[in-house]
Amino acid sequence: MPDILVLVDHDGGTPKKISNQILTAARHHGGGEVHAAVLGEGAGAAAERLGAYGVSKAFVWDSPDADAYATEPRTAALLAALQQSGAPILLYPADPFISDVVARAAIRAGAGVVTDASDLALDGTTMVATKAIFGGEMASRCHVKGDRPQFIGVKANAFTAEETGGAPPEVVALDVTLDERSKRARVVDVVEQGGGGRPEMTEAAIIVAGGRGLGDAEGFRLIEQLADTLGAAVGASRAATDAGWYPHQHQIGQTGKTVAPQLYIGAGISGAIQHRAGMQTSQTIVAINKDAEAPIFSIADFGVVGDLHKVIPPLVEEIAKRK
Amino acid sequence: MRIICPVKRVPDTAASKKVDPDDFTLDRDSVEAILNANDEWSIEEAMRIKERDGAEVIVLCMGPEQAQTTVRKALSYGLDGAIQVTDPAIHGSDAVATARVLAGALREESFDLIIMGNQSSDARTTLVPAMLAEFLDLPALTYARKLEIDGRKLTAHRETASGHVVVEAEMPAIVSVVEAINEPRYPSFKGIMAAKSKPLSTRDLGAVGVDASEVGLANSWTQIIEATPRPPKQAGEKVDDDGSGTVGAKAIADFLAAQKFI
Ligand SMILES: Cc1cc2nc3c(=O)[nH]c(=O)nc-3n(C[C@H](O)[C@H](O)[C@H](O)COP(=O)(O)OP(=O)(O)OC[C@H]3O[C@@H](n4cnc5c(N)ncnc54)[C@H](O)[C@@H]3O)c2cc1C
Ligand SMILES: Nc1ncnc2c1ncn2[C@@H]1O[C@H](COP(=O)(O)O)[C@@H](O)[C@H]1O
Repeated sequence: MPDILVLVDHDGGTPKKISNQILTAARHHGGGEVHAAVLGEGAGAAAERLGAYGVSKAFVWDSPDADAYATEPRTAALLAALQQSGAPILLYPADPFISDVVARAAIRAGAGVVTDASDLALDGTTMVATKAIFGGEMASRCHVKGDRPQFIGVKANAFTAEETGGAPPEVVALDVTLDERSKRARVVDVVEQGGGGRPEMTEAAIIVAGGRGLGDAEGFRLIEQLADTLGAAVGASRAATDAGWYPHQHQIGQTGKTVAPQLYIGAGISGAIQHRAGMQTSQTIVAINKDAEAPIFSIADFGVVGDLHKVIPPLVEEIAKRK
Repeated sequence: MRIICPVKRVPDTAASKKVDPDDFTLDRDSVEAILNANDEWSIEEAMRIKERDGAEVIVLCMGPEQAQTTVRKALSYGLDGAIQVTDPAIHGSDAVATARVLAGALREESFDLIIMGNQSSDARTTLVPAMLAEFLDLPALTYARKLEIDGRKLTAHRETASGHVVVEAEMPAIVSVVEAINEPRYPSFKGIMAAKSKPLSTRDLGAVGVDASEVGLANSWTQIIEATPRPPKQAGEKVDDDGSGTVGAKAIADFLAAQKFI
C-alpha cells in the first residue's frame, strides 16, 4: 500500500478546509501512511494540527521566503518534501498558485499530473482519478502512467473532512537552500480587495451567484446578503464582472473559475453554456430568474420564476427565521 | 523586443464533443474549432506592447495541420508571423508533452517575452505556462490581470481569490494572463487580409529538437482510461412567483430546508 504525501494549504498556521478534505481522502484511498508537506510562514503551527487528520509525518518549511518570491521557492521545498517522504503519490489542492508549484515540481521530478479530481480510487499502486472534462459535459477516469511519481490535484468539496483525533505528527524540518534562480520573481505587494469575511469561492460549500439580472453593482448587495445568511461565497457571471459590478476573481465559467459546491444558487443568470461550463457539476442547483425559458432552469434542481429583487429580500428573512 | 504568443486550437465550447472510443482523445474533426478565448487576451496584450513600445509579435501553435486556420486567425489581430508545430506523433499529448514541444520550438527562437493564456478551454489544466517556464528555465508571472513594462523589468498583478499579488521579474520571462487584463479588439478587415500573407513557418518534431518517443498519446505521462458523457441533468421543480416575492422565497426556503441546507 503506497504512502501518500499531501501538499497542505494553510492560512498562516490554520490548515484550510480543502487540506483537511484531501487528508481524509488520502487516509481512505491510500492504505499506507499519510504524510504532509506544509510550506510557508506558519507551517510549523499548521503541522501540529494535522495529527487530527491522520498525518503521521509532516515535512515543514516555515520560511518567509515562501511568499517573498513567486512559485520557485515553494517548488524547491516541495521537491525536498517529496524526496524525504518517499511517497509515490502527491495529492494537492486544485488552486492556481499551487498548481504552478506542482507543475514546475513535476518537470523536475519526472512526475505526471492529473488536475481537478473529484474522486479517487487506488488500483494496485496507481491512483485513478475521476474528473469532469469539457466543462462537465463528460466524466473521465485518468491516471499517471508507469513508475513515475503521481501528482493529483483534488477539487474542493470532493471529499468530506473527517477527524481521527490522532496525536500530533512527527515533524521534520526541511532543509531548503534557495539559489538565485528561485528568487527571480519577487513579490513586492499583496493587495486584498476585501471579501467581507466570506469564504473563498473555490472552497465554499455554498455559492450564491449573480448576473446581469441584478441590474447594477448595487444589486450585488442582495447577493451578498443572501450569501451571508447561508455562510456562502459570492460568485458572478461574466456579464456581471464585465460590467464591473463585481471583481473578476469571482467569475464562474469557462474563462473564470470552475466550482462544484454542495449548493449553487444563481440569480439573474441565464445559464449560457460558458457559465454552465464552470458550475454544472455542482451538487444542487437553485435558480431564480424571471424568464421561465432561461437555460439555467434545465439544470436546476429547484427554480423560481420571478423577480430576484422581490424574491431575495423575503428569502433572506425566511432563512434567518428558520436557522 | 520580440514577443511570442503560444495559442491553442480548441473545440468550440458550444459544440457537443465526441471522443475516440479507443483512446479517448477528442475527435477534433467532429467539432468546430476556434482560437482558445484566453489566448485572445494574450494576443491583445502583446499587440498593446507592440503599439506602445514597438515589438515583433510571433504566434506559436502546436496542433494538427488544420490548426493553420487558428494561426491565421491569430495573425489577423496584427501579429507579424507564425510558427506552427505539426507532426502526427504529437496527437494525444498531455500537458507535459505539450510544454516539451513548445519549449523545443522556443529554444530555436530569440525572444524577450512569452505571453500566453492562463488556460485552454478544452484541457483546462493551467499547467502549460508553468511547465514551459520550467523547461526553459525562466521566471513565470502567471494569472496576470495587469502587466507593466519598464525597460527589462516586468511587473504583473497576479489575480488571487481575494485581490492580487504584485510580482516583478526581469525579461526574458513568461506571463500568463486572465480575462480581466484587457478587452480584446476585433480583427480589422485589413488585418484579416494581411494575415493571409504573413510568414508562417511549419515545423515537425525534428525541427524543434524533440524526439517522437517523448510526446504523443503513447508517451504522455498520463492516460485517460475512460470518458463517458455525463447523463443529462433532469430539470427539477419550478415554482412561479406571484409577483410578491414571498411565494418564491418560501418555496426556496422549503426546498433548502428539505435538503438540509438550513
Ligand atoms: C469565449 C467566451 C467565454 C465566456 N466565459 C464566460 C464565463 O467564464 N462565465 C460566464 O458567466 N459567462 C461567460 N461567457 C459569456 C456567456 O456567453 C454569457 O454571455 C453570460 O454568462 C451571460 O451572463 P448573465 O447570465 O448574467 O446575463 P444574461 O445572459 O443577459 O442573463 C441575464 C438573466 O437575468 C434574468 N433577469 C433579468 N432581470 C431579472 C430580474 N429582475 N429577476 C430575475 N431574473 C432577471 C434574465 O431573464 C436573464 O435570463 C463567455 C462567452 C464567451 C464567448
Ligand atoms: N497546443 C498548444 N499550442 C500552443 N499553445 C498552447 C497549446 N496548449 C496550451 N497552450 C498554451 O497554454 C495555455 C494554457 O493551457 P492549458 O495548460 O492547457 O490550460 C493556453 O492558453 C495556451 O497559451
